[in-house]
Amino acid sequence: MVTEKQLLDPRNWVNAHADYLYSYTLSRLNDEEQAKDLVQETFLAALEKVNRFEGKSTERTWLTAILKNKIIDVYRKKSSGLANISEKKAEEEQKDFFEEDTGHWTEAHQPLPFGIEDHEPLRGKEFNHILQLCMQKLPVLWKSVFTMKHMDDAATEFICSELRVTQANFWVIIHRAKLSLRACLQKNWI
Amino acid sequence: MNHLKRVIYNCKQATLLIEKRQIKSLSFRETIELRIHLAGCSMCQLYNKQSQVIHQMVLQLFHDTEQQASTLSLDENFKKELQDRIEEELNK
Repeated sequence: MVTEKQLLDPRNWVNAHADYLYSYTLSRLNDEEQAKDLVQETFLAALEKVNRFEGKSTERTWLTAILKNKIIDVYRKKSSGLANISEKKAEEEQKDFFEEDTGHWTEAHQPLPFGIEDHEPLRGKEFNHILQLCMQKLPVLWKSVFTMKHMDDAATEFICSELRVTQANFWVIIHRAKLSLRACLQKNWI
Repeated sequence: MNHLKRVIYNCKQATLLIEKRQIKSLSFRETIELRIHLAGCSMCQLYNKQSQVIHQMVLQLFHDTEQQASTLSLDENFKKELQDRIEEELNK
């Protein structure tokens, strides 16, 4: 099969890809202003790299790859520095989920049925709304890991290197994020 | 207490394995440990069910979010500014 060499047409970028890149960003960062900024930054960065485009992917794939890196930069920035406090707090909250010596569920935090066990709850707006609120409450790093894994199906090794967490820490984060989500749903959905 | 016992009686470890299993396959040893734990722990059985349902709902939520976002578009003014900016760079 002869693959056609792809060409770039920067004058048509806005027309052909701006809305797509914008919605791609918005579904991952949920911030309109930031999404606009990233679309602009992506085009400007792409213009500087035009000469290095090898024509092996489509224009859109190539632009999206540049954008993805920018989104990960945002995740990384947001989860460093002051954001660590929210992570500490969330970790603290989970401390009494399990008995310290035995690792058993504590009575106060043990799982109780809350109506999603035997059949999926009605995919009502209401449940989705609560799920969304519970997700928003996760510390940024946990949420970033979760989004990269579940929305983009990124490889674990890739997430670890991009967000600078160890493999062991990756599993701890996945575990903690789910413990938090489940507890939040149990508390708010009854 | 040896390692095997620790996992078999430890809900914190067991729930970690439950989460891990949704993303990658567990080692033989982990599989056995989790199976034994679940056989004797009704709370983690419940957790296991809930966790899987939540996993599906999170995937669905992300999917819906992407669908919803795909109907949004940038406002025309912003697009025009972007276009101008690109032309400007190209004509440098």
